[in-house]
Amino acid sequence: MKVLLIDDEEEFVTTLAERFSLRGIDTDWVTSGSDAIRRADLTRYDVVVIDVKMPQMPGLDVMESIHKKHPNVKFIFLTGYSSKECYRACKEAGACDYLIKPVKIETLIEKVLEAAQT
Amino acid sequence: MTAFWTKIRPKFWKAPIDLLDKGQNGSYYRRIWQVVVVGIATVSLLPLIAMTLMNINQYQNALKAEIIFPVARLVSNTKRTLAHFLNERKAALTFIAQDPALHCCLSDQQRLNRIFRRLKSSYGGFADLGVIDSHGLQRAYVGPYDLKGKNYHEQAWFREVMIKGVYISDVFFGFRQIPHFVIAVKYEHDDGDFYILRATIDTDRFTSLIRSLDVRPFSDAFLINAQGILQTPSRFHGGILEKINIPVPQGSVKTEVQEIRDHSGEPIIMGHAYIEGSPFIFMVIKYEKELMKNVGRLRKDLIVFLGMSVALILLVVLGAATHLVNRIYEADLKRTAALHQIEHTNKMASIGRLAAGVAHEINNPLAIINEKGGLLKDLLLLSENFPERDKLVGLVDSIISSVDRCSTITHRLLGFARHIDVRSETIDLGHLIQEVLGFIGKEAEYRNIAVSTHVPDDIPLIQSDRGRLQQIFLNVINNAFAAVDDGGKIDILLEYKAPDKVLVTVRDNGHGIPPENLETIFEPFFSTKGEQGTGLGLSITYGLVQKLGGQISVESEVNKGTSFTIILPVKS
Repeated sequence: MKVLLIDDEEEFVTTLAERFSLRGIDTDWVTSGSDAIRRADLTRYDVVVIDVKMPQMPGLDVMESIHKKHPNVKFIFLTGYSSKECYRACKEAGACDYLIKPVKIETLIEKVLEAAQT
Repeated sequence: MTAFWTKIRPKFWKAPIDLLDKGQNGSYYRRIWQVVVVGIATVSLLPLIAMTLMNINQYQNALKAEIIFPVARLVSNTKRTLAHFLNERKAALTFIAQDPALHCCLSDQQRLNRIFRRLKSSYGGFADLGVIDSHGLQRAYVGPYDLKGKNYHEQAWFREVMIKGVYISDVFFGFRQIPHFVIAVKYEHDDGDFYILRATIDTDRFTSLIRSLDVRPFSDAFLINAQGILQTPSRFHGGILEKINIPVPQGSVKTEVQEIRDHSGEPIIMGHAYIEGSPFIFMVIKYEKELMKNVGRLRKDLIVFLGMSVALILLVVLGAATHLVNRIYEADLKRTAALHQIEHTNKMASIGRLAAGVAHEINNPLAIINEKGGLLKDLLLLSENFPERDKLVGLVDSIISSVDRCSTITHRLLGFARHIDVRSETIDLGHLIQEVLGFIGKEAEYRNIAVSTHVPDDIPLIQSDRGRLQQIFLNVINNAFAAVDDGGKIDILLEYKAPDKVLVTVRDNGHGIPPENLETIFEPFFSTKGEQGTGLGLSITYGLVQKLGGQISVESEVNKGTSFTIILPVKS
């Protein structure tokens, strides 16, 4: 299983990636949506964990873009608050979930594994 | 009396506060009301009153003219007739006096008899006829008296007829006490000698002529002489040959009509004319009072009508002005309350946005602390045990739990901010109330206030607007906190009223609300907080509850406590 983490806060995303690695999950990380799209073309990821609010490209657009070429990638959104748009988009895509930051690592890992299995 | 005034006193009379901060307290509306009332009343009443008075005046004048004119006419016509009568008799005598047969034989009794007979049959009214020579000696006479041989030389009338050529006497009581008067004419011979033809005429022609005039009741017509002695009988002013009791009018041959008062002060209209060539003055007297009775009646009717109209107009003006100014006042109140409400909403919205911004900004570093702390813990647990490891793990744990506390706060803030716009969603009231309590939980702790919530199992989820509900409960619970002392108690109870209502009661054991305030507590601008309170919290709450289709009510007892009850529909 390969996981991609996307967040514009580098401190956050690197620390989270390290914690994932410590738990034996093969994890890559990027700090922008455009980087993520490029990386997704190079490597096949099972799950993408992405922040909803990103400066250049919102998380939902990234999902749309990656899904064009790789429709089976599962997405988990991290969001500052629960949002209806997120919820709706998730339902439509049918392939995502979301968590509210700050997350408990155990919950996140659980969701990632769940997503990878479907 | 004061109780009555308080009842009918319009609301704007004592407006409570300065609406819109423009110096519009009660006196502003009072002033508008006064201006409107005075303005409209004046504009409607002045013309009415003026017209009524003018009307009465004009009617009075018209009526007077109507009385005066006929009197003048009557006097003129009658005077003319009387003058004509006299002139005819004068002419007759003059004609007879010129008879040559008479010249030679003044004392021809037979001839005189014949002439007298002819005179009587053609003119009527002649009582006697006599011939008097230039020495004043009666030479011939036909009539009831025995006057032949009488000498009139000394008498005033003889001298007058000698000079003027004609003489008409006053009326006197003659034969059989019948009133008569005398006409005498002089005939001059060529040689300067003259004789006088003298006739006595009875006044019944006069009298019946005057009597035949159509004088209505309360009128009088008669002849007098220059001394005021009645020459014909009058109705109200004395019998024949008595002096009348009104002053003799100065006058001319022209008809004159005057308004004067008689001897007893009664207003009368007096018309008169001197009959030229005679001692007679013809007079007509009409009593004003009876004639003006119509004016009096009209005046009374008009004044009654005027009074009623004035009363009605005033009533309508007062009523309409009061009603309208009340409406203005209420509209102003509503407008001000609405503006305040908008202000409040805007304030809430900006606070919300501010809070959301802050929360968002804080969330990011919180997430970082969370992960860094988490990683630290991971690494510590993965490493070999060393003496301080547990302590270090413990320290990290407390860092992470503080992060959790922070995140709860930020989530709450974001939750509050999110719900400013109207939405309808399914809401768990119990949870929502807990959320709200979370906002003010610290105060409860510091002040030692026991807050309890009782949510029975059967409370359904309701459809409503989360943001508004939060505001409502925040406000009511805040009020409860303000009402209790430290150590007080606040209970929140929910109750399901099947099939479609949920009750939420917030009860405190605080100061309570006095009964006179209970009625007005939801009104805008009512506040017991003095300068600090805007007095709008509860009125806004009231508005919010109404918007959600619910109701809010309050019960209270001073020093015992207060209980607010909010009824919400299950479906909005």
